[in-house]
Formats: sequence, C-alpha cells, structure tokens
Amino acid sequence: MSQILLKIDGKEVGAREGMTILEAAERAGISIPTLCHHEKLEPYGACRICTVEAEIDSRPKLVAACLYPVEPNLVVRTRSEKIDKTRKMILQLLLAHAPDAPALQDLAKEYGADKDRFEKEASFCIHCGLCVRYCAEVKKKNAVGFVDRGTRREIGFIPEISSKECWNCKECFPLCPTSALQAAYVLTEALMTPAISFKPEKEE
Amino acid sequence: MPRINSPAELEELRKGILSKRDPNKSCITLCSGSACHASGSADVALRIEEEIKKQGLSAEVDLRRTGCHGFCERGPIIVIHPEEICYFQIEPKDVPEIFSQTIKEKKVLERLLYTDPITHNKIIHESEIPFYKNQERLVFGSNGNIDPKSIDDYLAIGGYSALAKALSRMTSEQVLKEVKKSNLRGRGGGGFPTGRKWEESRHAPGEIKYVIVNADEGDPGAYMDRSLLEGNPHSILEGLTIGAFAVGSHEGYIYVRQEYPLAVENVTIAIKMAEEVGLLGKNILGSGFDFNVKVHQGAGAFVCGESSALMTALEGRAGEPRPKYIHTAVKGLWDRPSVLNNVETWANVPLIINKGADWFARCGTERSKGTKIFSLVGKITNTGLVEVPMGMTLRDIIYKIGGGIPGGKRFKAVQTGGPSGGCIPEDLLDLEVGFDELTQAGSMMGSGGMIIMDEDTCMVDVARYFLDFLTDESCGKCVPCREGMRQMLKILTNITKGKGREGDLVLLEELSGVAGDASLCALGRSAPNPFLSTLRYFRDEYEAHIQEKRCPALSCKELIAYHIDPDKCQACMICLRKCPSEAISGGKNRIHIIEQEKCTKCGTCFELCPPRFGAVKKISGEPVPFPIPEGERILIRKSKEK
Repeated sequence: MSQILLKIDGKEVGAREGMTILEAAERAGISIPTLCHHEKLEPYGACRICTVEAEIDSRPKLVAACLYPVEPNLVVRTRSEKIDKTRKMILQLLLAHAPDAPALQDLAKEYGADKDRFEKEASFCIHCGLCVRYCAEVKKKNAVGFVDRGTRREIGFIPEISSKECWNCKECFPLCPTSALQAAYVLTEALMTPAISFKPEKEE
Repeated sequence: MPRINSPAELEELRKGILSKRDPNKSCITLCSGSACHASGSADVALRIEEEIKKQGLSAEVDLRRTGCHGFCERGPIIVIHPEEICYFQIEPKDVPEIFSQTIKEKKVLERLLYTDPITHNKIIHESEIPFYKNQERLVFGSNGNIDPKSIDDYLAIGGYSALAKALSRMTSEQVLKEVKKSNLRGRGGGGFPTGRKWEESRHAPGEIKYVIVNADEGDPGAYMDRSLLEGNPHSILEGLTIGAFAVGSHEGYIYVRQEYPLAVENVTIAIKMAEEVGLLGKNILGSGFDFNVKVHQGAGAFVCGESSALMTALEGRAGEPRPKYIHTAVKGLWDRPSVLNNVETWANVPLIINKGADWFARCGTERSKGTKIFSLVGKITNTGLVEVPMGMTLRDIIYKIGGGIPGGKRFKAVQTGGPSGGCIPEDLLDLEVGFDELTQAGSMMGSGGMIIMDEDTCMVDVARYFLDFLTDESCGKCVPCREGMRQMLKILTNITKGKGREGDLVLLEELSGVAGDASLCALGRSAPNPFLSTLRYFRDEYEAHIQEKRCPALSCKELIAYHIDPDKCQACMICLRKCPSEAISGGKNRIHIIEQEKCTKCGTCFELCPPRFGAVKKISGEPVPFPIPEGERILIRKSKEK
C-alpha cells in the first residue's frame, strides 16, 4: 500500500490509502474528540464533534475527520476558532439532553460549552448510535434500533429479539455515553415481562 | 405490437401510426393530470365518452386523456383539435353543448373560453392566452398532446428518435460530449452540470453502473416532476436510456414516491410498452446495447430526495444520507458508480440529442441554459405549472404569466427552491432566474417551486413554517441538523408568539452557521436558509416581533387583537351572530364590542364586517382600546340624507 503524506496541524503525517483523517491523526498522536466513533464499527459521522478544517481546492472547509479519506498533501487543522465554535455549539445542543454525561462534561470544559445554553429536554439519548450499530455490526442481532426520524428519533429495543438475545449480552451498555440505553432496556424489559410470564414456553 | 430491431423499423412503425391518424379528425384532449383529476376531469371524460357513443361519433371524434396542461387554476381543461379551441373549468353538464355546438356546428362556446382579466376579451386558442403565450414549453409542451398510457402517441410526436439517433449514429463519447456541451445543469436542486456527473461515472472503475431517476419530489407546493412523469413518461425513459448508453450502464431505477400513484401507474405502463416494442431490454434497436428499468416506490420522506439518502433507501434501508466525500457518481448505489438525475433533467436529454447542444444553449443565461419548469403557487392569480427560458425575470413570471396577486393585495416575497430555499423580496423582482442568480440572492433554484406571498404573510412565520417542515423531515442522524433545527424552531416559534428575547437573532445565526457548516448532508446544510433569507430581507419584521411584540403583517395570532371601532359599528349583528366563541356582545342598536378574554382571534368578525362599515379592526403591537362605556353604546343613527 502506498504511503500518503498529509499535514495535520503543521505536522507531516504518513497514512495508508483508505484511512480517514481521524485514523491518520491518531497514528501521529494528534487527538481529535469523538462521540459516535468506535474502532470496531463503520464510520458514522453523526455527532460531528470530530469536525476539522481541511483545505479543499485551497479553501478551508469543515469536514468530519472520522469520514474524510486522506489525500496526498491534504492540509488539516484540528483546532481553530471556527472548529472550536462548532464543537462548542454541538456540545451545548447535546448537553440539553444529557447534562450529566461525563463524556460531554469533559469536552464542555475544554470548549467552554455552557450546559444551560438551551432549555433541558430530558431524553438523555444523544443518538450516537453506538448501541444500534454495535448490535448490528458486531453482534449481528439488530436487537436495538432507531425508531422514527428527525427530532422524534429514539432508540428502542425490539422485544421479540431482545427477549432472546439481550439477557446474556448487554455488551452495548458500557458503550453508551449517557444512561439512556439502560433506561430504554429497562423499559423494554418491563414491557416484555408480562408477555413472558404468560408464555413461559419457548415459541419456536 | 411487433418488436422493432433497428432505427429503420422504428421509422416504419412511426409512419404506420401516423398514416392511421387523420389530422382533420376532431380530437378532444382532456387534462387528466392529478390537479384536473381532483377538480373532476374523470367525470368529464366519462360524459364525453357517453356522448360519443350516444351520438355514434366514434369515427369522427377521439377523446384523449392527456397529462397536465399546466393551467391548473382553470381545470379541468379541454382542447378541441384541429381547431385548438380551448375550454376551461369544464363540468360534465357542459359536454352535450360542446358536442352540439363546437363539435358539430363548429361554433365556439363563449362562456367556456378564457377571459382576459385586463381586456375582458374572450380568447379561443391556448397559444394566445397570456399564461401560455409567455412560456417556452419545450419539455412540458407535449404533455397536453399525448395520452401517457399510449406509446403510439409518443411515437407519433417523434418519440424515441433521439434514442435511435444516439444508438445508431453516435458513439457513447459523442452523446456525452453533446450533453456536456449543452451545459445542462441538474433540475433537481443543486444545478450540478449533468455532463460532468455522467463523465465521472463513465470513467469510474466498475463493470456495473446505475442510472437513476429522482422522482422523490418533496417540496411543499411543487409538482412539476409529478406532472411530467404522469403526463409524458416515455420522454423520461428515453432520456434515461440515452444517459445509460453514455455512461455504460445497463440498469436503471425510477425512484418515485408512493404518494404519486398516477405517476407510478403511467411510468410502469410506459416501461412495459417500451419493453414490448424493444425500446428497452436486450439489444435495443439492434445496437447491441442492453438496458432495463425498474420502478421503486419510496415511502415518502423529504430527505430521500437527497442523492445518498435516496440510494440508501433504494438499497432497502432507512433513507438516511451518507457522507459524499466520494461522489455518488463514483460510489453510489451498492457502492457502484451511479448517475442520479431529476425527472426534468432526464426529460431534457432527448431534446439535446435531437436538436443539438447549440440549439439547447441558445436560450438561457450565461451559466444556466435551456428552460425550467416552475410550479407557481400561493397568492397568485394563475396557479399552475409554467415552463420559461432561464433568464426570465421573476417579475415576468409572476405578472405576465402568473397574472399577479389576486384580491388587490400587494406582492411581498417569492419563496423559491423549496423548504431549504429562500424568500426573495419585491425590490429583487427584476432578478433573472438562473441557478447562480438565485443562489446569490440567498435562495436557490431547487426543483422549481415558486410560492408567492402577499402583504398578509408574516415572514417570521414563513421561516418558522419551513423550519417546522424540515425539523419533521430531517432524518435525525447528525447533531447540527437534528438538534440545531430543534432549537431554531423553538426560538422562532417563541418569536411568533411574542416571547422573543434580545439575543435570539444572534443565537439563530450561530445555530444556522453550525448547521450550515457541519451537517452531514445538503438538507441540514441548507436548512437554515428560510431563516437566513428572511432575516436578510425582512430583519425589521423580526425586530418588530421581538422588541415591540408586533406582527407587521397582522398574521401571528398571539400578537394581534381584534376590536370594533365604535364610531363605525352599525350594530348590524352579523359578527355578533357568527362569532364562534360568543365573544361579541351588543344588540340591535347597541354598538358591538369584543370581549378580549373570550376572543380566539379566528378573524370571522373581521371577514364578515361589511366593507362599507369596516368597523372591525385588526391591530398588533398596541394596546386594545377600552370598550366604550355601557351607557354610550346606544347607536344614534344619522338621519339618511336624500
């Protein structure tokens, strides 16, 4: 594989073709914050906290580091006034849902984000999709999924699947940056229990 | 129908069809598009058929159910050929007279003709009506002449000759070159050069490539793609097949929303007919080129009009956009090179191949060539679909073709480009319509929606409305769009309710900036446009709402009040009787008053108060005058002078 040379924060960085800016930066020891990224999962690009500035056609453009593929001589900046402003706003928007999530609090400190910038909406889930994608991509069970779209989007366990699969797995729990996932699970569990008590036998 | 195997056989078939048609035979074309269907054209059609049968005229008169003629305001529309007499707003009861007078006696029925609103002249022919006269209907014009369910009709007007030309007399490079040279730009929104998209796909590695028709028209008020697909599906299939040939694709998809049942039906029939004749399938016209098309019905999400979301949905997954750092032309449907063009873009292709790039580029502006179909809706006299050369001014479209604003109201703004477009104010009415011109004005071409707004429209509420639409239609995947829109909508709603605060506009601009820069797809990146463009041209309205709690258009319910001017009230009891919340008190010879705490601001009293009294007033930003004291409410009528 050919080596691609690019510049991140003024530092010459080598990367392999097909790598993303995020991977190249990690290799060079440059840290870029992420919320929805997980090394075992396909890049997703939903939280946009990894937004960096890349010079495309000699103009700086904001791109998601977890998705943007490296190119020879690409010039990337991981901090700038604009990047910080964007990250700060994203954090403030998310803190309206999950003001106590440690992952968000740490970043909020770094970017000066005010957790009270927006009115609270206690849904806790920040829709990073880690649980949904882990269950689909790694466990291949699809026991948890997104429901609805837009601002009504939620995560939800599919009772028929989760009643069989989740009891012994729960591998998605530690992935959740807030407590939303467990709450959703507990809710599903509560919904499933009467059904199970009526039908103790396995259906298959 | 026998399968045709060469361009020569196609011409033979065409000749055969034409030889059976008598150009002097009476033919009634009846608009049967969705809009006319809604206003009763199906019943008119049945009545016409009945009449033909009853009078034994089947040898002398044909009925042709066509697609949309465009002048939807006046539907159902019929045109009687060969005289081309045009009748509007036909009802079944008009049919016998049309037969006895026009068909038999060749007499024109004045009452069914179009009346010019200015000269009050009756106009007989479609081409002389101002609505049509000022258009250039290159793509849309055939809609009124053909039955979309009949391939013969399309062949009779020269259909598939461009495909025959491309396959037999041009190489795929030449086809691509011609389209590139024409400077055709995508009619679906972004205005990306079509030829460049094709070229990128053509050169992208991979054996399997796809061509796709984007018929996921989702802009509120826009229905030009629907009407084209309903009215002239073969023109889109022909364009698509030519595109596939240029790109090297053998598989095409039509992604059409399930809410367009007639479009789905007609395009499905068209595919079947084209397959039967051999204009789709293996070895088309003996050229060795194979091409098949499938129809895919979308579940109807606005975001699926976005190319990557559309492709994700086509793959059978939830329609969510994916990053396009590598273009879909290179890595699209199932990660293969995929050319996605809008319905109207594809329909332009046969014209370019038939008449040449130079012919196509002769009309339009420097950077926007050809014509564009707009759906003219909102506060406009002539609602309908219009096709105009690029470069026509907004003023000409709205006044010459659209007939201006009804009800003596004043024009305020035109919203173009769909929900993520923008509002253009009166002083920019002389703007020439083109991709870049509209973008510079803070709006965009989009797929061609044009919503006209008059003085009664509140621009803050317009922004709120579109944000509400987008918040609902966002897929919800990325934070700047989902959460940013959620907060923007909250703030805008508050402003329209009189709860706006100092600093709201700055925060809205900040949220717009982040959504515009950091969202995953074009929906999120353009979602702030309704706010940004209204702020740019109507900042004073925002400030009036926030600072003075006043809605200058007197539209935002929570910022207005109704009251009755005691000097003008004639105690006629009309408003009092009709008020649904019994908020008006008074009586015969007792001046009426509105009890504000009971008033729901429905506006009934305002609408019903006879204009000669004009006693009910709508106010905003000022305290409601105290009702006059009980003792002074007796109406003393001035003696009527002779």
